[in-house]
Amino acid sequence: MSAGRRDERNGRMPSDGEPDGRAQRGPRAGRHDERMRRTPVNGDRQSSPLFDEAVARWGDTTSRRDFLKTSGLFVFGLSGVGVAGAGRWGFGTEPSGDESSEPASYPDPDFLALDSWLVVHEDGTATFYVGKTDGGQGTGTATQQMMCDELDLAFDQATVVMGRTDMTVDQGGSGGSDAIERDAMVGRRIAAEARRVLLEMASERFGVPVEALGVSEGVISLREDASRTVSYGELIGGRRFDVALTGGNINATTGVASIKPVQDLKLVGQSIPRYDIPGKVDATLEWAVDVRVPGMVHARHVRPPFAGATLVGIDESSVRDVPGLIRVVSEGNYVAVVCEREEHAIEAAERLVVEWEKPAMAPFPASDDLFDYMRSAERVPGSGGRGAARTQGDPDGALASAAAVVEAAYDIPFHGHTAIGPAHALADPSDGQMTIYTNDMKPYSHRTGIAEFLGMDPEQVRVIWMEGPQLYGRTAADDAGFEAAYLARELGRPVRVQWMRHEETAWDTKGPAFAIDLRGGLDAEGDVVALDYQGRIANYAHVGYNQARTVLIAQLMGFRPERPSPGGARGPDEMYYIPNRRQETRAVRFPLAFETPLRTGNLRDPNGPQTTFAGESFIDELAAAANADPVEFRLRLLRGATDDDEAFRRARSIAVVEAAAEAYGWDARPSPGTVGGGRVLTGRGIAYAYRARTTIAVIAEVEVDRGTGRVWVRRMVCAHDCGLVINPNSLESTIQGNLLHGISRTLYEEVRFDGEKVTSVDWRTHPTLTHMDTPERIDVVMVNGDPNPDRPDLRPYGAGEPSHRPVPAAIANAIYDATGVRMRRLPLRPERVLEELG
Amino acid sequence: MSEITLRVNGETHTLDVDPSTPLLYVLRNDLGLRGPRFGCGLAQCGTCTVLMDGRAIRSCNRPVSRSTGEITTLEGLPENGELHPVQQAWIDEQVPQCGYCQNGQILTAAALLSYSPSPSDDEIREGMNRVLCRCMTYYRIQSAVKRAAEAMAEGEVDR
Repeated sequence: MSAGRRDERNGRMPSDGEPDGRAQRGPRAGRHDERMRRTPVNGDRQSSPLFDEAVARWGDTTSRRDFLKTSGLFVFGLSGVGVAGAGRWGFGTEPSGDESSEPASYPDPDFLALDSWLVVHEDGTATFYVGKTDGGQGTGTATQQMMCDELDLAFDQATVVMGRTDMTVDQGGSGGSDAIERDAMVGRRIAAEARRVLLEMASERFGVPVEALGVSEGVISLREDASRTVSYGELIGGRRFDVALTGGNINATTGVASIKPVQDLKLVGQSIPRYDIPGKVDATLEWAVDVRVPGMVHARHVRPPFAGATLVGIDESSVRDVPGLIRVVSEGNYVAVVCEREEHAIEAAERLVVEWEKPAMAPFPASDDLFDYMRSAERVPGSGGRGAARTQGDPDGALASAAAVVEAAYDIPFHGHTAIGPAHALADPSDGQMTIYTNDMKPYSHRTGIAEFLGMDPEQVRVIWMEGPQLYGRTAADDAGFEAAYLARELGRPVRVQWMRHEETAWDTKGPAFAIDLRGGLDAEGDVVALDYQGRIANYAHVGYNQARTVLIAQLMGFRPERPSPGGARGPDEMYYIPNRRQETRAVRFPLAFETPLRTGNLRDPNGPQTTFAGESFIDELAAAANADPVEFRLRLLRGATDDDEAFRRARSIAVVEAAAEAYGWDARPSPGTVGGGRVLTGRGIAYAYRARTTIAVIAEVEVDRGTGRVWVRRMVCAHDCGLVINPNSLESTIQGNLLHGISRTLYEEVRFDGEKVTSVDWRTHPTLTHMDTPERIDVVMVNGDPNPDRPDLRPYGAGEPSHRPVPAAIANAIYDATGVRMRRLPLRPERVLEELG
Repeated sequence: MSEITLRVNGETHTLDVDPSTPLLYVLRNDLGLRGPRFGCGLAQCGTCTVLMDGRAIRSCNRPVSRSTGEITTLEGLPENGELHPVQQAWIDEQVPQCGYCQNGQILTAAALLSYSPSPSDDEIREGMNRVLCRCMTYYRIQSAVKRAAEAMAEGEVDR
């Protein structure tokens, strides 16, 4: 497939009908201004002058250029192509400006070459090439700590380059909280291998065995004679390692060296300040939203006013007098305006008169009717993937013979990402190549998706990740890069796209709504003997990662996958021993599967907060029915069995529940507490979960104002076990963000829609947490509940998302504790709380 | 188009733009500044904040013709080559995550402390309340405002 006009043979732009004679060729390359040329990768990291030097060093010598050329790390500037963005990174020669017709090519860095991952410079500093992206959780800094530790460099002797498809190995970008757990471990192995090679070189130089050498901050010395030293820079600075790695795939890449025992790591475990923060505080960091290239123009969109609407006609005369209007572009139901100046593109998009036809059938129910609709809809058989259904024992039989049965239904609405900055990207189409400057968290699939969408050879497409507003899954399916690339190809000029607020809030990818029904049985002793969890998830057309057929522009142009793809669906993740249980979650359909603003995608900890809200609220309901303390009740369920094969996870689950209770100062008693007669009631609630190999327990303490319905989460405690902690301060920041984002989703967030369109379009119609809602105290307790916490191979586990998961249930359980009223439908805005309190 | 004169970070700029152009686009696209960013275009989120005559204002929907005061952007906040105490506090507290909104948080905090040098916790919450953060760094922001207030008070004593 491919969008729009193209030459089928080579994917290049046809030469006829070019709207603009200013083809982006060599001569323009000489006009880069100095400021832009000096801007290094990942922005202007002035906090790290080393970085500028490292980057400048790239182009110093002919041998360096040859090195880079042959190592596949450096392409532009050598082919004689005047790529508009080429000089801005500052290294390499200025594009020569000759009229070569060869398009630039960006081959994948070879993951089996050590030189693709790590370069040592003449001064002994190093640059690490990491195929990940950092959404502000500090994964770049943490990776640098881990690699410096293995290489025996001081932290500030290295820099990290992240997420450039032409320079960093395809580690997939961000997602799944795996940057530290998986990808940085690859980095550790590679840094360890580089250290091994350097030690062997020094051993040869000094004529002593490797064991006779020591390393500190990039200087190797003889243990017997500390005056005899050689630095990494002297050994290999500016030259290739030429060392081949092994591994059947990128994640398995390794050399022959072993990584260090955890006990020998010096930087790991330290709260080293994040390298990206100074540039974010003094406005020197260049973000994707800041990139400007010569000849760049601005685009804005006109979206269908009704979901599923069909474009009938465009009255271009309505914008004819907008200054600097270049073109109105439309294909299928995709409509964009392009202007010389940004504010004029905004004006043109507002003024353009477009006629649309409503679809014959309502695309979806109104949000007021959502849960009734979902419960009466047919469940799509087999949907939800692995883990969507499992049964153990005889839940129906056990429920029938239980001493007490509890039933409850939970409703969770669609959640938006509603990023603080709307989607944006800049695409530069010069010379048959395409460069996209983006904050897409998965630049590699962005590249292949855009190449497929445009019918280009992926080697002619380059995606450069730069910092941007929060990712959390939104930019795993980043529409703006596709749109910018399409428009740039259509116009033959660099095009910058930015969505408006109403577009972003209405049309971003959504976290799916859930309707969950639970039944539980207790025996006469108050032990849980049966649990039946039946979930429905409005997740029938999940957009996946940068797929050429499911990004919004593709859908609007009429491209379709063979069939809609339901996303994954599984129940809550906990380690409770309940002898008879069933968990089943299936997708339900809406009439409109494509071109819908309710398209679903991954949203931070996909499905975790929703399923855990139901699961952990219900465990609290069972505890109340058993007249048991919520913490003791959970510990009993966690200790209920010892013969499973997940003792590791079970032990760590118990550890976090106990640690949270201790840190909070939990007073053991059943919920609710004594409900007083005052206007403001207080209570505390706990929820626990695991995500992959990370375990978390959260306690919320709330104030509920019976007069206004306002809920304030006054205090939160999170006990968190993600194994080896790399940077405690950065981890704490990530957990705080997860907790507060969880409060926001619990108390405020809901995507609203009538029967034809999303009506949540800004911060008034889609409220979010504010400064006023911030807890007065947050305690993060880092637990290492590993049965052998001192083992030398202790691993780090993911932390970007897990602590988000228990928050809604912890809050609802605290409200129950305070008021005796169970909140089973989110969000808990004041009007709903008042209604529930009666 | 018409000629507009702006005072930004101590410099005077004369520009040929439509007087109704929102200040934000002039600052970013004509003056090449990165501090103020587009967030909503509705003055709801604060991402586009600049100081005008020391007050925090939203540049996304303020016409350039009504931007006649002394404008300070995040770039112009440091004095004598030193970060403003609020910026330093932001680094010391390791506040930003993605950082997209922090321009508005920092400038709003700087304005708040200029007229309320030792705010209470409630005054900080209220003073900062209209600046949104979707990474939810509010907890650290509030700590950083307190830290900056203390640093500024100490600075006064030292002088």
